[in-house]
Amino acid sequence: MTAHRGVGPSTELEAMEPGGGDGLTDVAAARPLRKDVWRRFKSNKLAVVGLGLVIILVLTAVFAPLIATHTIIERDSGHFREGPSGSHFFGTDTIGRDVFSRVVYGARVSLKIGISATSIALVIGLFLGAVAGFFGRALDSLIMRITDIFLAIPYIVLAVAIASLLGRSENTVIVVLGFTGWLGICRIVRSSFLSLRQLEYVEAATALGYSKWRIMFRHILPNALQPIIVYGTIAVGSVILSEAALSFLGVGPVDPTPAWGLMVADGKSVLAVAPHMLFFPGAAIFITVLAFVFIGDGLRDALDPKLK
Amino acid sequence: MFSYITRRVLLIVPTVFFALSFLFFLFFTLPGDPVNLIAGGADRNPNPITIQQVTERYGFDDPLVVQFGNYWKRTITWDLGESFRTNRSVNDLLGDKAVNSVRLASWALILEVVVGIAVGIVSAVRRYSLADRFTTIVTAGASAVPVFVLGFILQYVFAVLPNKNDFPEWARIYTSRLGPDSWSLFLIPRGDQWRYLILPAVTLASVSTALAARMTRGSMLEVMRADFMRTARAKGLRERQVVARHGLRNAMLPVITLIGIDFGSTIGSAVLTETVFSWPGLGSAIADSVIERDLPITLGLTLAVVVAYSVINLLVDLSYAWFDPRIRLGQGEAN
Repeated sequence: MTAHRGVGPSTELEAMEPGGGDGLTDVAAARPLRKDVWRRFKSNKLAVVGLGLVIILVLTAVFAPLIATHTIIERDSGHFREGPSGSHFFGTDTIGRDVFSRVVYGARVSLKIGISATSIALVIGLFLGAVAGFFGRALDSLIMRITDIFLAIPYIVLAVAIASLLGRSENTVIVVLGFTGWLGICRIVRSSFLSLRQLEYVEAATALGYSKWRIMFRHILPNALQPIIVYGTIAVGSVILSEAALSFLGVGPVDPTPAWGLMVADGKSVLAVAPHMLFFPGAAIFITVLAFVFIGDGLRDALDPKLK
Repeated sequence: MFSYITRRVLLIVPTVFFALSFLFFLFFTLPGDPVNLIAGGADRNPNPITIQQVTERYGFDDPLVVQFGNYWKRTITWDLGESFRTNRSVNDLLGDKAVNSVRLASWALILEVVVGIAVGIVSAVRRYSLADRFTTIVTAGASAVPVFVLGFILQYVFAVLPNKNDFPEWARIYTSRLGPDSWSLFLIPRGDQWRYLILPAVTLASVSTALAARMTRGSMLEVMRADFMRTARAKGLRERQVVARHGLRNAMLPVITLIGIDFGSTIGSAVLTETVFSWPGLGSAIADSVIERDLPITLGLTLAVVVAYSVINLLVDLSYAWFDPRIRLGQGEAN
């Protein structure tokens, strides 16, 4: 087994299995080296900016108590809807809470929902897409019809319905976005599997007597990872965007939770007198999503220079 | 070709059926009782006799399967029922709201196609120019702005500030609700109507325009390298003709696909845009009805949206053959 092999966790899985590397070295050679990917990624300025922003975001979420100047529920009586000042960097909201501190703590909410929901969507989409693409025929048609049906339901209707079924909370939003977000990834994985399953190394693996599941997830999947990684990165951003939309529509987390979308909704009725209440959480959503889009674009170019 | 269309139309039927059935059952597992809603509104204590009457009239005591069968019997004859809350006929409501949504969506689509494709072409033809770099950043930005935040910011800059600072009358744009509701030829705003239309249309179009511009750019860049482009230049066509006749037509296929697929997420943006600008369309009506648990409205309006979505996707697929005559429809499904 050579050192720089692939880009995903599958390499470690293969390494754990004795003899798992047999016949796979050729396959690995077709994948870009990790070093090359990083070099190409670094040369893309926007991608590096995106990565920097995400690191800042993660640090903000982790060290929120140190960065925030107030708690999320503390009220400064007598200072309602005040604009930015020395004691309240982003001003105060309608009941005198510090907007800056709430935006800082909001990073936790967004990241938690973004990463958990994307993981759920990736697992479902990967599994169904792999099954559809690998087995084909009736199973493929069935899974594709199911995605068609889900695509036809306006996702926001589905999301609002599930959210009102489970009650408003962060976990509800994770479930909603996880179970409605797998359609895109399912289609991508399916089409990769459709073309990859015809290659010689799959035939070789079959001839060696490996089980279908092993061929699917150990042999084909590592070669189908590139678009999945790109899609997954951008998906974290769009999940955060959807979370904000759900919170804004009133089906996300409830009030003391500092969800950015909820804060925007709070600010909408006082737009004319206190635009800062809407602007700062809105900007936080924007910058976060943009960072993930930049990283996704950078990864796509770095993983597959042909596409550029 | 004809059998292809028939087959595609027939495929719409199960899609619509399963999508709506799924929503139907989802709603019956929701907490809270629709009977209470009809008999007096949520959180009140309606008269038990009224409850009984309502239960009998709407058949809520029937087994779920029977209710489900009845729902489809009515729906097939396009009897969409009445609102649980206001007793208004859903067909009536649909007519009202759909008109507003179609107007808003049409203008957003016009913006998307005209601005998106034009910007994409310029970006591709003048690759790496200042304009290209600028649009790359702006389009990335536009796809990351939450629709509702963009809506409010536009509202603040173009409607609230001019009002605060007493701008002259001609520079004012309004944002609350539909406005005078006066149109010529169904689509063209008349009088002051455009002042109410422009901000919601721009907001709704923002994300899809950015996507269309990015897709056009990428697709054009690919096509520009093709051999037939060199041939076209070699035979002495002007660059403008090469780009417009040979390049654009070949580059449009992925863009058309995108616009079709994107229609689904446009419905999501429409919900938000209509909510932000109080535009009385289908999107906000569906969202409200789900939150209020007004099942007939949700199902009726969603039915209309799902049918529209399926038909638009069919039209998109059919348009492939027009853009690229090499594609013969019906011979092997495109993936």
